[in-house]
Amino acid sequence: MSHEHPPYLQHHFDTPEQQFDAGKLGIWLFLATEILLFGGLFCAYAIYRANHPEIFIYAHKYLDRVLGGTNTVVLLCSSLTMAWAVRASQLGQRKLLIALLSLTLLGGFGFMGIKFVEYKAKWEHGLLPGTHFAPHDEHEAAVPAPPAAPQTTFKPSATGPAGTVRHDAEPDAGAASHGKRPSNVQIFFGIYFLMTGLHGLHVLVGMGAILWILVRSIKGHFGPEYFTPVDFVGLYWHLVDLIWIFLFPLLYLIS
Amino acid sequence: MSQPASHAQVGHVVPLRVLFGVLGTLLVMTYVTVAVAGYDFGRLNLWVALGIAVFKASLVLLFFMHLKYDKPFNAIVIIVSMALVVLFIAIALTDTVQYEPNMIPGYAPSIKSNPQ
Repeated sequence: MSHEHPPYLQHHFDTPEQQFDAGKLGIWLFLATEILLFGGLFCAYAIYRANHPEIFIYAHKYLDRVLGGTNTVVLLCSSLTMAWAVRASQLGQRKLLIALLSLTLLGGFGFMGIKFVEYKAKWEHGLLPGTHFAPHDEHEAAVPAPPAAPQTTFKPSATGPAGTVRHDAEPDAGAASHGKRPSNVQIFFGIYFLMTGLHGLHVLVGMGAILWILVRSIKGHFGPEYFTPVDFVGLYWHLVDLIWIFLFPLLYLIS
Repeated sequence: MSQPASHAQVGHVVPLRVLFGVLGTLLVMTYVTVAVAGYDFGRLNLWVALGIAVFKASLVLLFFMHLKYDKPFNAIVIIVSMALVVLFIAIALTDTVQYEPNMIPGYAPSIKSNPQ
């Protein structure tokens, strides 16, 4: 081919359309692996919730619904500004694109700021996963220590359903409704911190990617003929939103 | 696909009306999911919450992520990955209930059932 081709067209593609479609399939495949990655954590959540619902019913009260809900709204709005930014780049509205990307980035900062407030409160109340779990709110002092496990000559060969939780304390299903702390509450906070933590990490990566396309859009790299990076970063940002849509009711709104 | 590809605009431009409509629906559904969490549907609680989440996720996928206007193969990729996650969780859940210590009487007596 003798005709000159646009600077953004890589030499191994015939047309911009082919390049766009190939890249888009690549991004969707990447998003599929992201869903599988989070799928493992959702599976852990499902197993522990099925075996120990009392832990989830008790512990979710420590999560702040207002902050969680606010974060949902922040993320949804930043998804809109991102989708609008893709539209602006398709239509060559450069100033609007820059403004919308800045707003989306601001949404990311808002989300992480609220997340920081939530994590800080958990940290201060000792609501941490695993061996770091040491709650110290005022009710806890009044609750006597759980009685020692009854002695038995049998080895507890199958320790708990699927070996998920040690069986030495009574798995008191009624505990949550009485406000008493069921055993192994730290498992909820392990799942909470791992799922929201990995999600938060994705928000940070997404913010980095948005910053990158923001700088490029200020340099005027994008227009109706070439907006591929904006579109692909947008897809990633929406996936982060998508995962939060599931995390919010599953962690904050247990009834 | 039919027109010459040079300088052809790739991708579908979603109308602003659709984008704001989707955001409005998502915000309303967020309010609904918080509101219904106050009601007790018994065993349906989780399914109500998940149903709303799936509906919201579908809106994001179809309109914000352009899947409605996209090549169907991209939709197949993402739907298959989600189906695999559902399958993974479903099989793991059916498996985990098979390990109750007292599933087979006297086989693996737990402390709870044998206080001596």
